[in-house]
Amino acid sequence: MSLQPDMSVRLGPLVLKNPVMTASGTFGYGREFEYLVDLSQLGAVVVKGLSLRPMKGNPPPRIVETPCGMLNAIGLANIGLEDFLEEKLPWLRSIDTHLIVNIYGHSIGEYAELAKALKGVEGVSALEVNISCPNVESGGMAFGTDPEMTARVTESVAGNTDKPVIVKLTPNVTDIRIQAKAAAEAGADALSLINTLTGMAIDIETRTPKLGNISGGLSGPAIRPVAIHMVYQAVNAVEIPVIGIGGIMDHRDALEFIIAGASAVQVGTANFVNPRATLDILKGIGEYCGERGIKSIRELTGSLKVPDKAFSPEP
Amino acid sequence: MVDRETEVDFNTMITPETFLMGLRSPEIAEESSPGQFVMIRAGKGMDPLLRRPFSVAGIREDGLVLILYRVIGRGTKILAEVRKGERLPVMGPLGRGFQRPGEITRPILVAGGIGVAPLFFLAQALNRRDMEFMAGYGSSKEIIDTKQIFPAPPDITYSTDDGTLGHPGMVTDLLDKYLSQNRGEEKSFSIFACGPLPMLKRVAATAADRDIPLQVSLEAAMACGLGACQGCAVNVLSLEGGIHYYRVCSEGPVFPGNALDWSRL
Repeated sequence: MSLQPDMSVRLGPLVLKNPVMTASGTFGYGREFEYLVDLSQLGAVVVKGLSLRPMKGNPPPRIVETPCGMLNAIGLANIGLEDFLEEKLPWLRSIDTHLIVNIYGHSIGEYAELAKALKGVEGVSALEVNISCPNVESGGMAFGTDPEMTARVTESVAGNTDKPVIVKLTPNVTDIRIQAKAAAEAGADALSLINTLTGMAIDIETRTPKLGNISGGLSGPAIRPVAIHMVYQAVNAVEIPVIGIGGIMDHRDALEFIIAGASAVQVGTANFVNPRATLDILKGIGEYCGERGIKSIRELTGSLKVPDKAFSPEP
Repeated sequence: MVDRETEVDFNTMITPETFLMGLRSPEIAEESSPGQFVMIRAGKGMDPLLRRPFSVAGIREDGLVLILYRVIGRGTKILAEVRKGERLPVMGPLGRGFQRPGEITRPILVAGGIGVAPLFFLAQALNRRDMEFMAGYGSSKEIIDTKQIFPAPPDITYSTDDGTLGHPGMVTDLLDKYLSQNRGEEKSFSIFACGPLPMLKRVAATAADRDIPLQVSLEAAMACGLGACQGCAVNVLSLEGGIHYYRVCSEGPVFPGNALDWSRL
């Protein structure tokens, strides 16, 4: 019997007991999974994107299944800051894990206002800044695809909070390293990537888009190779820790991200397929480490062995 | 509510396109009420990815949960291949079911096609002699033999689109006819409906015209089934006006007919 490996990871000033978190938007406010998942075993719970005021979201249909994945165009439907603080936070606070609040603003001012409103709020361990939602007209991905705006949003949040700032990046860019650097230089404590890839599906009988919003964001195992590559690129472009997200279904998938250089991972679409996916992944990572005599998960982060190549253009 | 690998007790073709599946889950059987649903994962692979929602079509005393499904897509095609003794991930019961009618209220159940599933369970639970059950199918060969579901099947009035059995035409004709024959008794009725959207719209219009309470069970594509993802939104009316949404999985799948914004469905 091998010793239990040390699963704790550090994301800037934030220390998690293990590297497995839920991805924003796939786990509601946590309580929806109360009877299925022991949330206290998770490294952190990342809740649904929160805006200053409630948002109703996009017209249905909002989801459509695609090969090995799904498109969603929820449109950041959420209860807004006030109800979150009153109705959701007290219960979340009672759970012995870190709570990361994903924040979304229509303008830089709104991001700053949300950061201020959550400053000093007990039970909120970190902010994840959503500059990558593809399903809203303003803010979201419009900020995340422009390195200057990425920097300005990051600064406005970092300058108005006492909490660690994680910036969540969109894959819908030509070179993720530019956005990664922009966020890091503007004061982000960590990066999380990737958000969904923009996509579309059409009903050939009615010749209409399958989503009410016309386009949506692709998630699930279909996007995993794209995500792993982008995490690999980002890790080699910045000094701050990177959280890997994108189609993680089991512990092997999570380990790919960690070996590529991710300090931690978020599990999203898998929660729909198997509500206990996060805990199964955690157990699987522990066993992988135990069987190989790996004492700390941190040994694995960035342990990728790249064969020497005559010509290696990246990262 | 539980999520378990659940043993399939039987999975039988009962019409050329319809299967009846019995799942051995004493917990779900015990907890389920008519109108609630379960999420079933079909297949072990990543494609199709998401679980599928199915109304509970009935329960049996020995802890069996009945699921009635039409083979229409990849998920249901895979389900149709499942054999007795295999195990499937099944989560449930989920959602809000039908509100039971009071004793003096006479229930009218209106089903279209595979929409009979939750109404079979409701009929089983109500177990009332004064209940009217009308079901519309495309053709007589699609009609589900109720003896396969119920030990003592209720009387059902049928309509078929092709006129091969019962009233030739739509099930909403049967409803209109029945209500016309019982004019003046509107106050004593309550309608429960499930079926294709055009049918539900007509039932909703009839119920609104005659001021009869209506509950409908809606279908929607779902990802989580738990109220977390907000993927199954449906338009509802609000006193403030404008656009409002409920989640079919958690505020529904059963809604009062007058809560829904039918013009946007």
